[in-house]
Amino acid sequence: MTVVLRSRRQKLTVAAVSAGALLLAGCGAGGPASAGGKVSGDKIVLGVITDESGVYADLAGKGSVVAANMAVADFKKKYGDQAVSSDIEVIDADHQDNPDTASSLAQQFYGERGADAIFDVPTSSAMLAVAQIAGQQHKIFMDTGGGSTDVSNDNCNKYTFHYGYDTYMLASGTASAITQSGGKSWYITYPNYDFGQSMNTNFTKAIKANGGTVVGTGPSPFPNASEDYSSILLAAKQKSPQVLGAMQAGGDLVSLIKQYNTFKLKDAGIQLAIGLLFISDVNALGADALAGDEFTDFWYWNYDDQNRAWADRWQKQMGNDKRPTSDQAAVYSAVTQYLEAAQRAGTDDSDAVVKQLEGHKFNDMFARNGEIRSQDHVLLHDVYLAQVKSESQMSEPWDYEKIVKTISGPDAFQPLSENTCHMS
Amino acid sequence: MTNLLQQVFNGLVAGSFYALLALGLAVIFGMLKVVNFAHGVVYMLGAFGAYLLLTQGGVPFWVALPVVPLLLWGVGMVVERLLVRRLVSLDPIYNLLLTYGLALVVQGVFRVLFGVSSQPYAAPKSLRGTLDLGLFKYPAYPVFVFGVSVLTCLVVWYLLAQTRVGVVVRAATERPELTRALGIDVARWITPVFGFGVGLAGFAGVLAAPTRSVNPVMGSTVIIIVFAAVVIGGMGSIFGSVVAAYAIGIIQQLGNVYVPLLSQALVFIVMALVLLVRPAGLFGREEAAL
Repeated sequence: MTVVLRSRRQKLTVAAVSAGALLLAGCGAGGPASAGGKVSGDKIVLGVITDESGVYADLAGKGSVVAANMAVADFKKKYGDQAVSSDIEVIDADHQDNPDTASSLAQQFYGERGADAIFDVPTSSAMLAVAQIAGQQHKIFMDTGGGSTDVSNDNCNKYTFHYGYDTYMLASGTASAITQSGGKSWYITYPNYDFGQSMNTNFTKAIKANGGTVVGTGPSPFPNASEDYSSILLAAKQKSPQVLGAMQAGGDLVSLIKQYNTFKLKDAGIQLAIGLLFISDVNALGADALAGDEFTDFWYWNYDDQNRAWADRWQKQMGNDKRPTSDQAAVYSAVTQYLEAAQRAGTDDSDAVVKQLEGHKFNDMFARNGEIRSQDHVLLHDVYLAQVKSESQMSEPWDYEKIVKTISGPDAFQPLSENTCHMS
Repeated sequence: MTNLLQQVFNGLVAGSFYALLALGLAVIFGMLKVVNFAHGVVYMLGAFGAYLLLTQGGVPFWVALPVVPLLLWGVGMVVERLLVRRLVSLDPIYNLLLTYGLALVVQGVFRVLFGVSSQPYAAPKSLRGTLDLGLFKYPAYPVFVFGVSVLTCLVVWYLLAQTRVGVVVRAATERPELTRALGIDVARWITPVFGFGVGLAGFAGVLAAPTRSVNPVMGSTVIIIVFAAVVIGGMGSIFGSVVAAYAIGIIQQLGNVYVPLLSQALVFIVMALVLLVRPAGLFGREEAAL
């Protein structure tokens, strides 16, 4: 008797568990949950796909994951029991700067791991791959790491947001400011791949728009095995421009600047303008190697008390003596704004959250006068023209930047009249 | 014309690093038939050695320049004794895998310790000026690098050509079986020669620190070009590797200026052409290549 009962109970248990599992699976994998419904899988999963081992690991990497977790903790603290979901998880993976890896990670995150949104993704080629998956799967992607304007133009889609910086804004900030202040003739050197080519195009446009000329360009191989830029520097010197615009990033930029200093181009009256500079690069070269150079930054840890307080918390969580980069701060803000939008929508349904994000105006630790433009999903916000301090001007470690001027979002980012995005 | 000459000189400077690395690689390959995949990592260790000595102990460039390579020479000998030696009798693929594995481990450890960003390292004050080379003016530091590289290659050539050790090494490199058959104890020289090749890579690394980005992956792309130099020059030909290294430097720099689209592929196009015409490389002997 007892044996039969037990077996019946077992059968019931098995049946119940199976049904539950089926229901769960249905929720998790069944695409967007019905609008106005609750949270899929009773859980919000946020994926950070980033470079955890390559050239961009210091400017994004683990620091981005920490930033995402900080945003989740702050959100939970703010809403407590009222939060749209009490269960919010951050998962992360290393895309090794490889578009194929990024693409399969995105599929895995959105699919079997149930991610509602993906963040960061440095390296433009990898970023574009993730944006494509996001568009296909109707899941949200907030790109803070990849700079190419392609993602908000020809390759835009309803579920992808470009959050923080892009090549247009870097060009309009730096190129306009320097051309207007007298640096009329430019020589541009750029790494010969998506990002560099996009930078070259946008810088050339901005220089010409401000009455300047580009007297020559020097594409450098990418990756540059010799790390030797002497031939390009020499070619630049012979054209005697007023400004050398360097679009290289990371380690390439560091080598180029070392050699710019060795070849004494500054003494020859050729000013250096850097396309994309992260504070981790300044730290790598030492302030004096760059002192006086101007560049566009989109967040600075020591800008005001609010930024600084956040930077202190980030530093504590990281357990090192570094300061966060603008990209890492952007990840914090993007995660926060995503969660706030889900809170307003009362669901993690992608379409409902997109509706809340579009046109949203806000101020937070990262974005001042922020507005998510509905037409192309670009975050407009204040950015800064910064100048690198010399060692003697620094009052503490990592105190590298002097903010020269603030550029408002609509002035810095691509105007809609030039935009080619058609959301399907 | 001056412009062209100056670009050629740029190439010789770029080639100076390749030459020192190729020299070490060729010496090691010649003696042990070991393709040292850790060579790029040793180059990185040289640069980091200089950086660490400066930041941790205040040791200047001029002291680091001899000290770091000597230390790495020692490290190389230990590695040869403990690891490489055990695999020499097996298929060469084993040592290739060993050195590749070592390279990944060391690179990984440095990544964890220092991150991937570059570390700052400035050129010594005395070499920050500009020199008048007659036809054109040129910064002092690259001229110094070129001079040191040529001098080192000449010294090594002298050691190989004029000393008994050199004769043994050359003989063992070019005709190993014959040398052994003549009753010469080749084995005795293997450990110091391996260490010497490693030390040369470290030397190139110290020279690179003031002018290249110092980071854990700095050796990983350079080494590919150096392998190309050794193949073009002829596996087993030390002289050929060095000449090819300088030539590659020139080809790359001229490529950057005149055919930027091809500059990355140029080296490998040259390599393919050379291998088509002379499968053993420019200065290699058929049987030595086998």
